[in-house]
Amino acid sequence: MRKIFDFHGGIHPPENKHQSVARAIAQAGIPTQLVIPVSQHIGAPAQPVVEEGDRVLGGQLIAAAKGFVSVPSHAPTSGTILAIEERMIAHPSGFAALCVVIETDGRDEWIELSGVDDYTKLEPGALINLIREAGIAGMGGAGFPSAVKLSIKPEIQIETLIINGTECEPYITADDILMRERPEQIIEGVKILRQIIQPRETVIGVEDNKPEGLAALRRAAEGSGIEVVEFPTKYPSGGEKQLIEILTGKQVPSGGLPADVGVVCQNVGTAVAIRAAVVEGRPLVSRITTLTGEALAQPQNYEVLIGTSMNHLLQLAGYDSTRNQRLIMGGPMMGFTVPDSHVPVVKTTNCILAPTVEEVPAPPPAQACIRCGMCAEVCPASLLPQQMFWFSQGKEFEKLEQHNLFDCIECGACSYACPSNIPLVQYYRASKAEIIQLRSDHEKSEQSRTRFEAREERLDREEAEKEAKRAARKKAAEARAKLAADGEGTEDPIQAAIDRAKAKKAAQQAGGKDSEVNELEKLQQVVATTRKRLDTATTKLTAAQAEGSDLVVPLQTGVDKTQAKLDIAVKALTEYQANEPKTDATENIEAEVDPAKLAIEKAMAARNALAALSPEDKAAQQLDKLEQRLAKAKARHAESVAVGEEEKIVIALEATVSRLEDKISAAREATSSQETT
Amino acid sequence: MLALVSLAAFFGAVLGFAAVRFKTEGNPIADQINDILPQTQCGQCGFPGCRPYAQAIADGEQINRCPPGGESTIQALADLLDVEFVPLNEEHGEEKVTAIAYIREDECIGCTKCIQACPVDAILGAAKQMHTVIVSECTGCDLCVEPCPVDCIDMIPQQESLQTWHWNLPDPVSRSVDIIASDSNRDQAA
Repeated sequence: MRKIFDFHGGIHPPENKHQSVARAIAQAGIPTQLVIPVSQHIGAPAQPVVEEGDRVLGGQLIAAAKGFVSVPSHAPTSGTILAIEERMIAHPSGFAALCVVIETDGRDEWIELSGVDDYTKLEPGALINLIREAGIAGMGGAGFPSAVKLSIKPEIQIETLIINGTECEPYITADDILMRERPEQIIEGVKILRQIIQPRETVIGVEDNKPEGLAALRRAAEGSGIEVVEFPTKYPSGGEKQLIEILTGKQVPSGGLPADVGVVCQNVGTAVAIRAAVVEGRPLVSRITTLTGEALAQPQNYEVLIGTSMNHLLQLAGYDSTRNQRLIMGGPMMGFTVPDSHVPVVKTTNCILAPTVEEVPAPPPAQACIRCGMCAEVCPASLLPQQMFWFSQGKEFEKLEQHNLFDCIECGACSYACPSNIPLVQYYRASKAEIIQLRSDHEKSEQSRTRFEAREERLDREEAEKEAKRAARKKAAEARAKLAADGEGTEDPIQAAIDRAKAKKAAQQAGGKDSEVNELEKLQQVVATTRKRLDTATTKLTAAQAEGSDLVVPLQTGVDKTQAKLDIAVKALTEYQANEPKTDATENIEAEVDPAKLAIEKAMAARNALAALSPEDKAAQQLDKLEQRLAKAKARHAESVAVGEEEKIVIALEATVSRLEDKISAAREATSSQETT
Repeated sequence: MLALVSLAAFFGAVLGFAAVRFKTEGNPIADQINDILPQTQCGQCGFPGCRPYAQAIADGEQINRCPPGGESTIQALADLLDVEFVPLNEEHGEEKVTAIAYIREDECIGCTKCIQACPVDAILGAAKQMHTVIVSECTGCDLCVEPCPVDCIDMIPQQESLQTWHWNLPDPVSRSVDIIASDSNRDQAA
């Protein structure tokens, strides 16, 4: 017999479970319209993959998961997509959210389902994938994606797999009826879960107020090695952390996950959905929902298609709207009032409670806290509710966090126990939301600050660069002005060019690489030897020609070949030099190939020649040059026109030609005026 | 006498060394204040950005000049600096719901004036090209609205959505207690 532990606090509210559990599960049938929200779970909303007017079959994917923590949705039956639009959903805010609306055709045609014959042969990863694709989210009420919960880091060894059949909320009997009527399906689902997680032991926890369910489960579990454990009824023993403590005596650390203490928890409803997904290949499109409350003539559990309007179910159960003031989704402890009776049932709708006013009266006005400490006694998370109540009122968020506000499971035990009727849970929910809001605000303000600082830095840098440029221009202008003032040059432009070239050469020598030098030398050597060989070959050829020998033809081919080789070698050398201008200036290079020196010499020669010429000759020469350029420009222009180049280029060339013509005429005038003087 | 002098010299040396060795970089108080400010960089306080205002507060400026931060920021500043809470100075603006700039793109002429005005580089565009706001980066500072020559920028208050909705604190009215019959007539009596 297993040792049962107890957790701190807890309450015993009146149960009211017998009303709905007396009748067997009934089929809710196919309503004329199904409204399927894309977000029925914790995590990113799914992305619709169908369009208005599409015909869909049962089990067909209608919204795909978007991201890792997300769940896809499937069509629960065949029909036509009527709309993809915002519809009111079951949410305490009363806001609308994106939904896929299907107009059903009543034929219930399905896609071909293909289940797995023997899941024991599948890898855990493959099984998790099947679960993910079937769109299963925690059926106990929270709606966390099951595939994510089952993807446990491989280095963590799970000791205990706990299946939650506790159902501690008053009124709800969806899990109870499932255990009574379909225990074999639960056990098979648990076996699949065991296959995925490979725990040391597997335990199904059930409260002792469900003797029929317990007996049915025990019968089904015989010989499977799955232990069905009964423990005393107390609210909220169905809370994940509380159930773990009851069955294993371990406490999940604050802010931690059950996997941290080697436990994974799943609901019995989830186990059934997993069995359907793996064995039958059937996605999650329906669930068991309890309809109860005194405003219903026939409280009962229904198997409901996801997306069925709550109103449709209420009519089936004999709803008397005159006796009911508000509809509650979930149980009386943790549920919330739905804004409208036409909102759809989703994957997490375990109960729809339609109480009369006497059954669940409006909360009486809250009175002052008398510091009685009842709330701290019943808190299952061992928190200090009244202390947190004062901090919430004063918005002292730091202190709230120090008092572990985020360990609160919002079970409502403190509010239930409070003799002053203070809605404590609402204070904690609001404070949690506010703290999360503040955190995200702070994150955003940090982001804006970095962006602002980055921008400031960029502006400063740009300003500094502009300033530097201005200073450089100013200096250059001053230098020019000075030059002009000093007259015809202390500074000789050609000398300056020589200096620059020399400086460049020196720099290149300093940075030149040996390998490059060697490469260049090699190329030059190849050129030199080939040239030599060509010379000898040519001499021989001329000699042979002179003699009229038979060897002329072979010698001719030899010369041709050598010539070709030389061409290649020269080409390689020039290419190399062109690509590697750095090496031009190395010491080992012959004078002819040093373009810097060549340029210097050319410039010197030109200058000397210019100096030697008389002014008239100078003018004539200039005129000559201009005419040459004009001829070139004209040729280029004609070419471009002929080829049909872009209009812009042609116009630019025309402009060049006319400019040159102007210059020539100006130069001519100058010469003529010089001649006259 | 000698002992006193030598002790004084010794402690003087230790303090002098500590002052050099453990010198704090920057201004820690201004940094802490800057952490509290909302970083909208809107300049409504009269300073060019949040950092300069943080510096000014550290130097003794009033703490109630930040409309985007509102009461909660003033409260946090009062707690940090251990001064009295003062209500927001309305001269600098009122506390409003956070808004996001929206450029009516077909009216935008691509003048880049708003891009230059945006303190957090949250507007994207080029000369003679349409501009648009990077919503996730916009701080709602209003600085881009004024320079726009064609007035095509709207400040759209952020709507509460399913993602931003959260429970509110219980209505204080529901906590008013009707213990005796005359309590229900209290409002009329007052």
